[in-house]
Amino acid sequence: MDLTLHVWRQKGPKDKGKLATYKATDISPDMSFLEMMDVVNEGLIKQGIEPVAFDHDCREGICGTCSQVINGDPHGPQAKTTVCQLHMRQFKDGDEIYIEPWRSRAFPVIRDLVVDRSAMDRLIQAGGYVSVSTGGVPDANAILIPKDDAETAMDAAECIGCGACVAACPNGSAMLFVASKVGQLAKLPQGRAEAARRVCTMTDAMIEEGFGNCSNHYDCEAACPKGISVKFIAQLNREYIMALPKGYKEKE
Amino acid sequence: MPLKHLIRSAVGRKLFMAATGFILFGFVVAHLLGNLSIYLGADGINAYARHLHQLEPLLWVFRLGLLAAVGLHVLFGIILTLENRSARPVAYKRKKHPRSSLAGRTMIYSGLLLATFIGLHLLHFTFRTIGPQIEMLNGDMPNVFRMIVDSFRQAGYALTYVAAMTVLFFHISHGFASLFQTSGINNEVTLPWLGRLSRTVAIILAAGFVSIPVLIFFGLVIK
Repeated sequence: MDLTLHVWRQKGPKDKGKLATYKATDISPDMSFLEMMDVVNEGLIKQGIEPVAFDHDCREGICGTCSQVINGDPHGPQAKTTVCQLHMRQFKDGDEIYIEPWRSRAFPVIRDLVVDRSAMDRLIQAGGYVSVSTGGVPDANAILIPKDDAETAMDAAECIGCGACVAACPNGSAMLFVASKVGQLAKLPQGRAEAARRVCTMTDAMIEEGFGNCSNHYDCEAACPKGISVKFIAQLNREYIMALPKGYKEKE
Repeated sequence: MPLKHLIRSAVGRKLFMAATGFILFGFVVAHLLGNLSIYLGADGINAYARHLHQLEPLLWVFRLGLLAAVGLHVLFGIILTLENRSARPVAYKRKKHPRSSLAGRTMIYSGLLLATFIGLHLLHFTFRTIGPQIEMLNGDMPNVFRMIVDSFRQAGYALTYVAAMTVLFFHISHGFASLFQTSGINNEVTLPWLGRLSRTVAIILAAGFVSIPVLIFFGLVIK
């Protein structure tokens, strides 16, 4: 099939950037979206045009590296699917496709469709971990965890940290990402000890990094390739309310 | 935890919006119940107004409380909206909104329209600087029944109030559900129907308010 692509081209973080239009011809419906981009880039190289830079790594939907807003949907039109797992059979011959990077103040564009998502790493550094004291290895099942809690924690742990929630949010908020970490760790006894401090430090870091605030739009849940539920944001809000009486110190 | 942190926190400020929103929602419900006394005729609503004014000192506590709630709700609403705008400096050329509602994304506009309406509404019925001239009943109590009926016989007033209550419907349809999500009273069981409940509550409230100017304008029920 033949397609018309409108791709965001931006030389660097300082460049203003603009959409460029390219033809994608003889595309197989069995190709993944990224394979289609590879074909287009080969064509561009032959014409002496700089190929479109885009992020990708595992190409099997688990690394969270690919990041393209396709026709206004982060990761494209198919629900619970990353760009690399999206196939061209989702499109029709003659379609016009708009491809843009994640747009957020916290994710500066490095080049074309590649954005710097290290702000999310700093959110994790702010509290998305469990402090482990050194010592002997504990017995595997010494700490009992109710099955429901373990499963809820696993649902939250499905987050691959791609940032689609930020890209989808009308406010550019990272609340679903933060909520998935807070929710996962607060459900487990190992993470419970630091739950109150974690919810405060991570949500504070979110504002410092320039992400927006959550106003319960839920576009994040629709865009999430792992289908993480906004119930974790409600849980985050609960965790924050429970942290209030504990009096958290900002700098330790 | 110091109040200072609560005000700067991404969740703390949501809680301020929710708490003040809850107060304002409670007021809207009470206001509607009071208004419905007009269906008992002139004696009904005038008696309601008289009883309300007999609570004078307490009434001022309520009014100041409401003023504080409105002030904080508007202030935080504006601050949060400005921050959210700045979180996406370059807009998408194409953007879809698969889950979010138009009502949710336009809360700042419906909110500012409502704030303007509250101003007009106070000038109209509380300070009586706009609207038809009203006779006073024994002393300083206006004839509330005539005040309302004479105003809503005029298409301009009736339409303004119907429009304002339509805006209220949009604001509450997002706000009511948000109240639960923000205060953490939500899970996978309640999530699917909370949105529907929110729209139902908003439509009941708006329809209750709208019924008054509509029925008065067309001369139905209240002559």
